[in-house]
Amino acid sequence: MPFERRVQVGSSSGLHARPAAAFVRAAAAHPHRITIGRPDGPAVVASSILSVLGLHVGYGEEVVLTAEDELAVGALDELSALLGQDLDRED
Amino acid sequence: MRELQGVAVSPGSVAAPVLVLRKRPALPPDVRTDADAASAVGDVERAIASVAAHLEAQAQEVSHDIAAVLQAQALIVGDPTLLDAIKRRIGDGSTRTDAVEDSFSEFREQLAAAGPYFADRIEDLDDLSYRIRASVLGVAMPSRVAPRSPRIIVADELAPADLVVLGPSVVGLVTQRGGATGHTAIVAKSLGIPAVVGCAGACELADDTVVLLDGGTGVVVAAPTREQVDEHLAADAASKARIGALAGPGRTADGTPVALLANLGGDHDVLAATDCEGVGLFRTEFLFLDRDDAPSFDEQVEVYSALLRSAAGRRVVFRTLDAGSDKPLGFVDVGHEPNPALGVRGYRIAAHYQELVDEQLRAVATAEQLAGATAAVMAPMVATVAEVRSFVAQARAHGLREVGVMAEVPALVLSADRVLAECDFLSIGTNDLAQYTFAADRQLDELAVLLDPWQPALLRLVSMAAEAAKRSGKSVSVCGEAASDPLLALVLAGVGVSSLSMAPVSIPAVRAALFELTMTGCQQAAQIALGAEEPAAARAGVRALLKIDG
Repeated sequence: MPFERRVQVGSSSGLHARPAAAFVRAAAAHPHRITIGRPDGPAVVASSILSVLGLHVGYGEEVVLTAEDELAVGALDELSALLGQDLDRED
Repeated sequence: MRELQGVAVSPGSVAAPVLVLRKRPALPPDVRTDADAASAVGDVERAIASVAAHLEAQAQEVSHDIAAVLQAQALIVGDPTLLDAIKRRIGDGSTRTDAVEDSFSEFREQLAAAGPYFADRIEDLDDLSYRIRASVLGVAMPSRVAPRSPRIIVADELAPADLVVLGPSVVGLVTQRGGATGHTAIVAKSLGIPAVVGCAGACELADDTVVLLDGGTGVVVAAPTREQVDEHLAADAASKARIGALAGPGRTADGTPVALLANLGGDHDVLAATDCEGVGLFRTEFLFLDRDDAPSFDEQVEVYSALLRSAAGRRVVFRTLDAGSDKPLGFVDVGHEPNPALGVRGYRIAAHYQELVDEQLRAVATAEQLAGATAAVMAPMVATVAEVRSFVAQARAHGLREVGVMAEVPALVLSADRVLAECDFLSIGTNDLAQYTFAADRQLDELAVLLDPWQPALLRLVSMAAEAAKRSGKSVSVCGEAASDPLLALVLAGVGVSSLSMAPVSIPAVRAALFELTMTGCQQAAQIALGAEEPAAARAGVRALLKIDG
């Protein structure tokens, strides 16, 4: 039974450029395999910037974060909180 | 001594030795001799680590903005999915470099399919793919280090990886490709250094050749004589002094007024310090970009009235929201468009989001009352008389008195008489007008010559608009790149353009140019430019006229 978190992307430009880089860096900082995708679409590795950019997720779209390992639940919480913020406003 | 001619994009003159950023050498083919996939993967992994380390090290030495670009590249190089794709291809029998190149291509296509938003990243991918392959093969990369003594940088085109050379010792830029609205022009203007783009033959210069660069005329002289340099720099200093000594409203030598206005984004602080007659283009979209919701009515009123107060009685033209699928907004979805420049953008968005434009106009009208000033409004990207009528009615309903439209689409200019019967003024956006007149994408550097504001066909459209304005007793202004070229400003004044709006930094030089020629002289210049066959001839003709005249 995989562990999941659903969240709406809060960055105004979507999951592109700076927000995508911030998300991928945070995902790569955890040892667990975490994936990201649309609820009805294919999932990609969260620590892959090219795959995340290739999803072309826009502002306000819902995405699903998934991990197989129970130990990754904390990471899922942290990453979903990050996705919900407007990372474009950070400097 | 050799003279080259390019397109002037950032003014000023300078003489210094050049540093030529050599093109990347072609890579030799990779031959897979042994069948040992593990050692091939090891080679690629080492190459990736070395390229990433190099990028991180470079990021330490440059300014914050440029460092962010380099760190994003390092993130791409270290992408685990990319490495998986490379490993898979090596396992399937590819050579090391084919595996790298094909894996990058796979992602390149995915990103290209995701739309224009990713254009910059795609260039990065090509650059990174090359660097990893060069490292696998042990081919040395041309070095990219900021020079320590004054240098003019010469390149085919500035790539993202070249940004690191732009340290304080760089005193000028020359590129072989590129156009007036491209990357190099923007970088040079922001650094305040002279630059010439589209300069054929520039990359053939040998390193350390002294070059005299004139960012005002686009002339690049290789190995100039001592006298030439002295004469040129003295003339440059004299013209700077002359420009600095002038102030006040724009006018020609015989006193015909040509209003000098500023183009502004969010930075209305600069207005207090700028000697100009007002704001000819206030880009309101800065308030709307990079956020989740449209700005509130109150927030808009606050920003607009602050601007009107710093204008202190000077004219301010607010352009309503100019966005579309090429400048996406978080809260406006026009859907996917295969060709955003020809899509739902500018005033066309109002058809989908009436309330956005309506609230904006209401905010301008309220700000006008609060600040006790008169504001003008104009709509971007209108093409038909019906659109003009609808915008004017919408603006008048809020009590706005001065209402105009931008002339960016040839169709609007062709109907200029009828358009001016409906509204108060036209403002010509020359960059978009050129793009739509010549069917040439503004973002394609290869088409730079078609987008040259000196193209006679473009100038004829400007002249048509100005004649229609004269017949109706209304005004036409130019607020594109064209207005900031001092020589072209003479031509625009000559065809009957009554105000020129430009980046504040460009105003003094345009003021000085107008001040030195009579209106009759400007009209002669216009005749020469409109009658020319191509931009270079138009420029040369007007320059020759000034020599005779002065």
